Amino acid sequence: MTNVTTQPATVAPARAARRRRGPAEDVRDERSIISTMDRKSPLVRGVVAVAAGLVLVALVITCAGPLFWLFKAATSTSTETLAQPFGLWPSGLHWENVTAAWSTVRFGTYLRNTLIICAGAWFFGLLVATTGGYGIAVLRPAYAKVVEIAVLATLFIPGVVSLVALYLTVVNLPLLNVNLLNTFWAVWLPGAASAFNVLLVSRYFQAIPRELFEAARIDGAGAFRVFWSLVLPLAKPILGVVSLLTIIGAYKDFLWPLLALPDHDLQPISVALPRVESSTDLGVFMAALFVSVVIPVALFLVFQRQFLRAAGSAGAIKG
Amino acid sequence: MVALDDPPTAARAEARPVRRRRPSPMAWVRRGGLTTLVFFLPLLLTFAYFSWWPILRGLVLSLQQTNFIVTEWVGLANFERVLADPLLLTAVWNTTYFTLLAVAIGFPVPILLAVLIAEMRRTRGFASVLAYLPVIIPPVVSVLLWKTFYRPDEAGLFNTILGWVGLGPLPWLNDPDFVIPAIVVQATWASFGTAVIIYLATLMTIRTELYEAAEIDGASILRRFWHVTLPQMRGILLIMLLLQLIGTFQVFTEPYIMTGGGPENRSTTLLLLIYRYAFVSGDYGRATALSVLLALALSLLSAIYLWATRRWSTS
Repeated sequence: MTNVTTQPATVAPARAARRRRGPAEDVRDERSIISTMDRKSPLVRGVVAVAAGLVLVALVITCAGPLFWLFKAATSTSTETLAQPFGLWPSGLHWENVTAAWSTVRFGTYLRNTLIICAGAWFFGLLVATTGGYGIAVLRPAYAKVVEIAVLATLFIPGVVSLVALYLTVVNLPLLNVNLLNTFWAVWLPGAASAFNVLLVSRYFQAIPRELFEAARIDGAGAFRVFWSLVLPLAKPILGVVSLLTIIGAYKDFLWPLLALPDHDLQPISVALPRVESSTDLGVFMAALFVSVVIPVALFLVFQRQFLRAAGSAGAIKG
Repeated sequence: MVALDDPPTAARAEARPVRRRRPSPMAWVRRGGLTTLVFFLPLLLTFAYFSWWPILRGLVLSLQQTNFIVTEWVGLANFERVLADPLLLTAVWNTTYFTLLAVAIGFPVPILLAVLIAEMRRTRGFASVLAYLPVIIPPVVSVLLWKTFYRPDEAGLFNTILGWVGLGPLPWLNDPDFVIPAIVVQATWASFGTAVIIYLATLMTIRTELYEAAEIDGASILRRFWHVTLPQMRGILLIMLLLQLIGTFQVFTEPYIMTGGGPENRSTTLLLLIYRYAFVSGDYGRATALSVLLALALSLLSAIYLWATRRWSTS
């Protein structure tokens, strides 16, 4: 797990360096196992072309294929899907499945819950990660080191240990005696206690030159001012990464919302879909699945560079 | 407040500065100590309530029996009841089998894919987007989609394909011997993209001089892969393997939605057992006891793994 501590620290300078070099130079020193010299040989070129073609075809079939089939099943009638699983719209497009998902499955309610959960998880995740990261990396009081170690330690403890105890804690918060079950707080707050986010952000803050803080302090800026007008604007790239990972994580989460939100009216799509599966018409159910996929996939296709960078630099732990 | 919620760490940390540098609380406030503490509050509160306390409570709860009203100490009785469950061995075997199979497929495939994609100059971006597409899909949706692919009747996609070559239909998820491999295929499909993207990012950081030097020394393309690429990726490969082991050992969503643990408990994993103990039978003591055992096993596995690979990489 060493990359938890070392990798984020290198993210910032590496990215800054790439930006300084500009795109032209990026292309020039790009080389991999196979050199430009190798590529002059027709045999190597042929093998590379065939291998690349095979990889692309395999990826299109296995990765895009199921999504395309889902779209087809979502816009076909159930009997068509059952009779000819590979038939392409024998009786035309049936968009009524999508509207039926809204009326019979109450998909709109679940979608709204999902969006509320994602928005809250994003807000509280970012709040804890930025203020905590600022405290650990910039303000550095005497107890900062202890807090940092206590946060880091939770990364090494498998999540299972606390699952049941977390549930019991949420049912009756110690000292406050509040029951958070069936409130969105029960999903927002435990998600915000993400050691990964805190460490990612604090490593990034640490890479900011300390002279900047000194200069701001001499100019009369207090701790809040330095945080809001200096640190946060400088940390935009890492905040983007953390935001993406937090929102995707909240959208994908299943087990915890299943436990924390037993009330059907509050459940997100990921919890509601398996529950309604057996009682829903196949075509309508496929339409519901399709709409739940379309939103993240569309976001991914628009922001693919940010997504892939976040996954490449920080996805090692989150998966 | 904070010190109460987080007794061992925060209290000790607060105590030291009091003795050494802080003559009075007022001076501490004037020096900005209070402002600093305000910045730490969101982290301290959320971690105390939802991370540190549940971890400690989980350990304590495994020695207790509770029904929300009365809580009593029962010593190791919970552990005894866990070990006495005939299902435990089944769950251990299922989970181990699942993990080994998932790693056997899910570890080498992303490495090869990443190396191949890195060689694709014009289509690299397209290929990485395609590989990452399944990761973007919520696991629940992907599991439910694959469940329809695995339908045991003729309407299932896989049975239709088998039908074209005159085979099947196979029961897939209803077949006790095939249920775990079937779930592994789905789980690998859903997650291999992450590893591909991480490996691609690592491949791009390998210094080009290493390849040039190897090339000048007359190393063939395959030898360059073996003697330059793989050693340069060793660090990330070791970590990813460990993370995959730990992650797949805690598999829950896939068997829970696809089969509920069936048929004949042949896809009941350890986490499914914990879920049943706690949230079906309400036996929180037994559930946390099994959680603690699982966590111990995982920590032991990680420690041995890290120790073994450190020896291996230094020798």
